[in-house]
Amino acid sequence: MPTDPPALRVRGLAKSFGRPAVAGLDLEIRAGEFYALLGPNGAGKTTSLRMVAGLLPPDAGSIEIFGIDARRDPIGAKRITAWVSDEPLVYDKLTPVEYLEFVAGLWSLPGPVAAARAADLIDWLGLGPQAHQRCEGFSKGMRQKVALAGALIHEPRLIILDEPLTGLDAGSARQVKSVLAERVGAGATIIMTTHILEVAERMAERIGVIAAGRLIAEGTLAELRAASGALHASLEEIFLDLVAGQDRAA
Amino acid sequence: MTRPGTLAWFAHHEMRLAWRDFVGMMTAGRPTRRRLVYAALAGFAAFLHLIAYAILVAGGRLPLVLDRTTLVVATGLGAAAFALMLSQALESVTRAFYARGDLDLILSSPAAAGRLFAVRIGSVALATGAMTALLAGPFVNILAVFDRPGWLAAYPVMAAGGAVATGLAVTVTVGLIRLIGPRRTRFAAQVLAAVTGAAFVIGVQVGSILSFGHLDRTSFLASPAVTRAMPAETSLLYWPARAAAGETGPLAATLGLGALVLVGAILAFAGRFGALALTTAGSADPAAPAARGAAFRGPSSPAAALRRKEWRLVARDPWLLSQTLMQLLYLLPPAFLLWRNFGDRTGALVVLVPVLVMAAGQLAGGLAWLTISGEDAPDLVATAPVPAATATRAKAGAVIAAISVVLLPFSAAMAVSSPFEATMMAAFAAAAALSAIAIQLLFRTRARRSQFRRRQTASRFSTFAEAFSSIAWAGGAALAAAGTWLAAIPAGLALAVVAAAWLASPARDG
Repeated sequence: MPTDPPALRVRGLAKSFGRPAVAGLDLEIRAGEFYALLGPNGAGKTTSLRMVAGLLPPDAGSIEIFGIDARRDPIGAKRITAWVSDEPLVYDKLTPVEYLEFVAGLWSLPGPVAAARAADLIDWLGLGPQAHQRCEGFSKGMRQKVALAGALIHEPRLIILDEPLTGLDAGSARQVKSVLAERVGAGATIIMTTHILEVAERMAERIGVIAAGRLIAEGTLAELRAASGALHASLEEIFLDLVAGQDRAA
Repeated sequence: MTRPGTLAWFAHHEMRLAWRDFVGMMTAGRPTRRRLVYAALAGFAAFLHLIAYAILVAGGRLPLVLDRTTLVVATGLGAAAFALMLSQALESVTRAFYARGDLDLILSSPAAAGRLFAVRIGSVALATGAMTALLAGPFVNILAVFDRPGWLAAYPVMAAGGAVATGLAVTVTVGLIRLIGPRRTRFAAQVLAAVTGAAFVIGVQVGSILSFGHLDRTSFLASPAVTRAMPAETSLLYWPARAAAGETGPLAATLGLGALVLVGAILAFAGRFGALALTTAGSADPAAPAARGAAFRGPSSPAAALRRKEWRLVARDPWLLSQTLMQLLYLLPPAFLLWRNFGDRTGALVVLVPVLVMAAGQLAGGLAWLTISGEDAPDLVATAPVPAATATRAKAGAVIAAISVVLLPFSAAMAVSSPFEATMMAAFAAAAALSAIAIQLLFRTRARRSQFRRRQTASRFSTFAEAFSSIAWAGGAALAAAGTWLAAIPAGLALAVVAAAWLASPARDG
């Protein structure tokens, strides 16, 4: 009986910038899963995700997104993927509505479908009052919400988020988290890097810890606790322990 | 070691930053290039001295007698230089007000910010005078050696020009902030800078078109008609020219005027500069509303979405428009000539062809940089399911369409008088635009649109390649419009420049 392909399957992914940034990363994320990728600064999280999103060519390895070989068929993979970075790069001179029009155009969405989704997203993210104002005076939180709306308008099956909550105030962060939870509820898969371990602890079904370009631990919070031998440890304690152990081994 | 917080201490701080900025700009951040850059600068200076020698000495213009004609020409050229100085000073002062940079640090410190701003206004004056001195210096040096040493007084006169230009620029900018508010001032000051920089050149060109039907600026200034229309030699109007020649009275008066205007501006505004700069905070990027409640429009294709986005972004950015305005302003004299000769079949319009082709190349270079390198959301475009080639073609299409809109009225008006010249103009303008786009593609980089002004410092090679290809295509167009096959030579040179750009392109290395 054929099984559904995983949302993301990465095998032997490698990238070097003079020194190895990602060194043979293996990762598999199930469809409909919320996966948090953690790691210290310089561990290779962003580099890995940029390769998955098609923003950086890998030196070696394979990337499959819902069974599509992203290196052979990048357009097919991009069609069902969305990327949101920690720096919300939106166009200052466009309004959120115009930004969404533009993104809908890039993903070739039919006009009426895009219009309905744009209206929903603007509503969900509380962008209504600013929908027709240019983004140039927006706060970081507002810009991040516009970028997130753009990422979601084509209803991607895999959403890749690199530190999406960095610099957001509590209200904006809460709105973003609720939209992400809603997307997972609707069947989307999310892979997210974050330094805010509480978010990973509360939202992610599984957590991966990466150090020196390799996955050093993976599992649910309970599995990670069990593996660490500290059944009541917080994710922060487990994470710091894992990273310290990796440093000692290096 | 100077005491912290004093004028000298701030001056040392500013000079260190300015020097490192200059070296970084010249070496593109590669210190190993420093010797090469110094050698290139020395070579360029020698080249300019050679040109000055050829014009002044070999051209038989020496000794210079300070008669009415000489005074008129010197005053005219001085006015052109002053227009450019004023333009540069307006730009620099506007930047000083609006660029946040270290303002937050300075204004939140207990140091007397007025001293720093006094130094900054002074350094703008110095830089403004120095820029003119760099270009005019070789002519001054040749005059000092082969005519008389008194011409060296032109250097302090240029410094005085920089001081007056800076004093005026500060006064105008502060006046604009008070009159129309900080939000509109940035745009207004930059448009004013662009118009000031181009106005005199355009005026002279229009004058020469009116009088003689050609574009030679100095012959227009030296013409008997202009000389007769100007005041007598004793007029105060010629004092800056006399000062540059070393006459004591006019020199003292010119230097005094420079000092008076600059010191006056510093005393009047340096102390309040911080408060004014604070009023501009956050106003530089106003949340200008677009059409309220505009309906959601779904573009027909990714390429259409990209083109529409590019046009919207340029059309809505007054700052970028003002930056490209300078290039468009130079199209005014051709437009004037076209208007005067509309329907004329004498072939006078042939002089228009290279100007328009050059403008097409330069405009295309600027717009291509904005669309290709100045993409503000590169990750979004890169992660969209659109082949890179499609995105590039769409962006190039947006540039070509914008240039077509600018050139179409000229082309249509020319076609009435001479369809052949109009065809040549269109063909060579397209070639110049495509070459400029190709060069921008070959030297693409990742930058913010707000870095537009510094695009030329990113790669000297691409800057020169873009300029040379535009010049070569313009030369080819002039020859082609004149009906000679010699047009193939500059056209071939233009293609060679693009080929050289391809060979030197960092994109080729992967």
